[in-house]
Amino acid sequence: MKRLAIVAALAVLATLPLWVRGTFYVNIASQILLYAIFALGVNVLAGYAGLVSLGHAGLFGVAAYTGAKILTSGYGHAVVDMAALAATVAAAAVFAMLALRGTGLGFVMITVALGQIVWGVAYRWISLTNGDNGISITGRPRPFGLSLASPHSFYWATFVVFLTAILSMAVFVASPFGASVRGTRDQPRRMTALGYHVWMIRFVAFLFSGWWSGVAGLLYLYYNEFVSPQAVALTASAEALLMVIAGGTGTLLGPIVGAALVVVIKNVASAYIERWNFVLGAVFVIIVVFMPDGLVPGVARLARRVSVVLRSGPRMATTATRDETGR
Amino acid sequence: MSLWLLLAVNSITLGGLLFLLSAGFSLIFGLMRIPNLTHGSFFMLGAYLSTSLIARGLDFWTAAILSGLGVAVFGGIVERLILRRLPGAELAQVLVTLGLSFMVADVCLMVWTGDPIRIDTPSALRGTTSVLGLDFPKYRLAVSLVAVVFAAGLWALLERTRLGAMIRAGVDDPSMARVVGIRVSRLFTIVFCLGAWLAGFAGVIGGPILSVYPGLDAEMLPLALVVVILGGSGSLLGSFVGSFIVGFLYNFGQAMFPELAYVVLFLPMLIVLVVRPRGLFGRQAA
Amino acid sequence: MAVRVSRRTFLTGAAVAATTMRAPAFAQQKPVKIGLLTVKTGPLASGGIQMEQGTICFLKDKNYTLAGRKVELVVADTGGNPAGTKTKTQELVERDNVDMIFGPLAAFELLAISDYTAQAKMLVLSLAAAEDMTQRKPNPYFIRASATSSQNMHPLADYATKELKLKRIITIADDFAFGHEQMAGFQRVFEEAGGKIVKKLWPPLVTPDYTPYLAQISGADAVVQGFAGSNPLKFMKQYRDAGLKLPVLGGSTAGDEALLKSYGDEAVGMITCSPYTGDLDTPTNKKFIDRMVRDYGNIPGLYSAGLYINGLVAEAALQKTGGKTDDREAFTTAMRGASLTDTPRGPFTFDHFGNVVGNFYIRRIDKKGDKLVNTTIKTYPKVSQFWTYDEKWFLSQPVYSRDYPPLKS
Repeated sequence: MKRLAIVAALAVLATLPLWVRGTFYVNIASQILLYAIFALGVNVLAGYAGLVSLGHAGLFGVAAYTGAKILTSGYGHAVVDMAALAATVAAAAVFAMLALRGTGLGFVMITVALGQIVWGVAYRWISLTNGDNGISITGRPRPFGLSLASPHSFYWATFVVFLTAILSMAVFVASPFGASVRGTRDQPRRMTALGYHVWMIRFVAFLFSGWWSGVAGLLYLYYNEFVSPQAVALTASAEALLMVIAGGTGTLLGPIVGAALVVVIKNVASAYIERWNFVLGAVFVIIVVFMPDGLVPGVARLARRVSVVLRSGPRMATTATRDETGR
Repeated sequence: MSLWLLLAVNSITLGGLLFLLSAGFSLIFGLMRIPNLTHGSFFMLGAYLSTSLIARGLDFWTAAILSGLGVAVFGGIVERLILRRLPGAELAQVLVTLGLSFMVADVCLMVWTGDPIRIDTPSALRGTTSVLGLDFPKYRLAVSLVAVVFAAGLWALLERTRLGAMIRAGVDDPSMARVVGIRVSRLFTIVFCLGAWLAGFAGVIGGPILSVYPGLDAEMLPLALVVVILGGSGSLLGSFVGSFIVGFLYNFGQAMFPELAYVVLFLPMLIVLVVRPRGLFGRQAA
Repeated sequence: MAVRVSRRTFLTGAAVAATTMRAPAFAQQKPVKIGLLTVKTGPLASGGIQMEQGTICFLKDKNYTLAGRKVELVVADTGGNPAGTKTKTQELVERDNVDMIFGPLAAFELLAISDYTAQAKMLVLSLAAAEDMTQRKPNPYFIRASATSSQNMHPLADYATKELKLKRIITIADDFAFGHEQMAGFQRVFEEAGGKIVKKLWPPLVTPDYTPYLAQISGADAVVQGFAGSNPLKFMKQYRDAGLKLPVLGGSTAGDEALLKSYGDEAVGMITCSPYTGDLDTPTNKKFIDRMVRDYGNIPGLYSAGLYINGLVAEAALQKTGGKTDDREAFTTAMRGASLTDTPRGPFTFDHFGNVVGNFYIRRIDKKGDKLVNTTIKTYPKVSQFWTYDEKWFLSQPVYSRDYPPLKS
């Protein structure tokens, strides 16, 4: 049943440009996918490793800026992408080595500091980054000779990358490594006692998370054909974290739903609702009050209750839900 | 020489303002382990409320106290209705406090519009006075005085009253405190309201120096975070010392290392965190 | 909490349109759509809201009809960040099919969309002051009726040396492109006239306390500040509170009319140079100010005036093309060829880059009763973005930046 739902969802996404009217919504969909990849990356740490990072926009930005810089120096896209991702993983290693010295709020604040430092460099080192004027690039990559200039083709390329991201996440979650990451979140002391190298597990998780943040950063660069310090600001990191939390940490679907929620409210709803910023905040508050684990687990719980009611009638449902939730 | 002197005195005055801003955050985080990311909004809301009160003829200090009360009431509602349902759910608390900050910011924009609003320095404290041979704004010196008074008051509250003892017990060991019969949840509400009051009050006190404008909340929150991290959360002494350290870092850092102006606060914080994760006076690992 | 749907259509009745008929009957075509990119949330909101107010004032004064065609306004809130601006621009171009875009507000927003709009041949009329938009990286469909960052600073420097006889100056401005370009422009003219810039201070855009910078202000005759947004307010208050007495000169954002109601006595005496001044005595300026005060209760500043002026430019172009907008090249040529006299900023034309050539006003902030007002003390006519320099020479130099021109010390 679940597998069918996943296949159906993927089919819908894959064919989106064919049934959505107008390039504007296709572009929105591309943005949702690239932010979903970013959110999935943040989720690796926040959801599965229990490490809340408010500095991931720094890694996102390292990829985007490295890409922009090398591209405008005249190199080809293949070199650019490899260099950008290598730089991001290296940056993630540095972030990890510093951040993992702290736990809880200390970890968060170290990531904030690191993100702010990247932002400060982007703003101040004008000869490198062009400061707040940003860097414009011309031309998207041509994988296998196909042009990505049109919104449709860019969407499909993003979708392919998105699929890869989801697959890698699914593999990660199901793998022993994924289990050990969750172990370090739930029972770090027991893990150490059992002989696991907790620091190393977290470090590798950080690199994995950084890789996908970098991929998202590159997609951002190619989508906008522009990067500026705003992409690296604290608000960008906060938004990514909000996407993950609102959708549901520790789930695969959560970050994707969260990304869709934020992108749609910011870009689409803002056209119809003047006080969309207020609405965005209110949506977050409502989610927390009614579904503190996030939208995806909350809706799943709701769906289960509904399906129990449908299957066995109201009286049975009360018993069933009581058993299920222990309340 | 006089440059350094001026910066030194200003570090103390800035530290005073930062203490008023961050004491509330440190208290809330120390006792309730809630990263209250709405704190910057409390600061800004207090400042905005005072502009309306002052426009209606109230004097500065009354407006400050009443604005703080307004923010405290708001904080109390938030704590009872929302935060109370999320004990220990750190991520949910982050989400909800950030969401609330968006809402507060937008409401302020709607009510007070986007133009910056000036808050007049109270007339008794206008102008400069001579300190160690330098001309220094009277008001800023007054701010440091207020900070010291509040620090002393809070210290007395924590160390010398029953309420304070309960708060300290709650910070050290909440479950044990409950066992002993302390009404921890009521304590939480009181502390949250107190923290919110302090933030709102600080917003008004900072008004004559900073003015009020959209975006003030996002500017002040990182400063509060840096102070609490450096000083150590849950520790009044930590907030106090941390505030002045940040005051010094800010003034001397910006003057001596203009190249690093954007990171002058975060770099030292990073160093402290890496070397001593619980901050200078922190009670628990942050 | 009221959530308003407040975007799209501001059509008025056909009767109103009929009273302004001047084009032949078949010109009841589809309406001219103007897309407004503005910022209505966040720290830039005050400028953005003023932009919307200025645009709506203009459209109301013209009964939503230009050159015989009805006008539809589509307002888009970019949120003040480049990615959001790009998305909203795409929305205006692809979904709403606008005929021209007013805005965006900030330079970094404009730079993010410039390539895209040029490709789409979409006319953009913006206040964003980024120099190279009309210099070394020109966009052929771009019109700027306000000024480049330095366009008003050149005359200010001229005034500072010739009339105020100032010899040594300290500059202080936000540490970002707009601040850099302003101060560089001032510096070039000032140094050429024999003046000396003692030092250039660059506080970050977000600076709660300017004291570390104020402490370094000494050894000069005056201070030139180029703050924007709400920073001028903060700065001037802290400047006076610190007991500093040197005269202050400023750029256009520093002494803007819309900011005057927020200033206190610390701003009295500040001399600024701006493309717009509230005391300019033209019929349109009076009409514009009256409506702004009536509808919004605010004295307008350069953000609202700039959009009102954009409206006049669009109208002039539409009148030239007979209301047609589909031939983008012809429409742009008509717009850049506009020569207006009765506007809120006085007479102006455009150079071949689409940047304005017009009056710039030196004003001083005075206190009249209990209000602050700007009093114009000198007008520089026909100022171009290149000042008195040869265009080719100017363009062959690097663009104004934090370190260019280097200080002549």
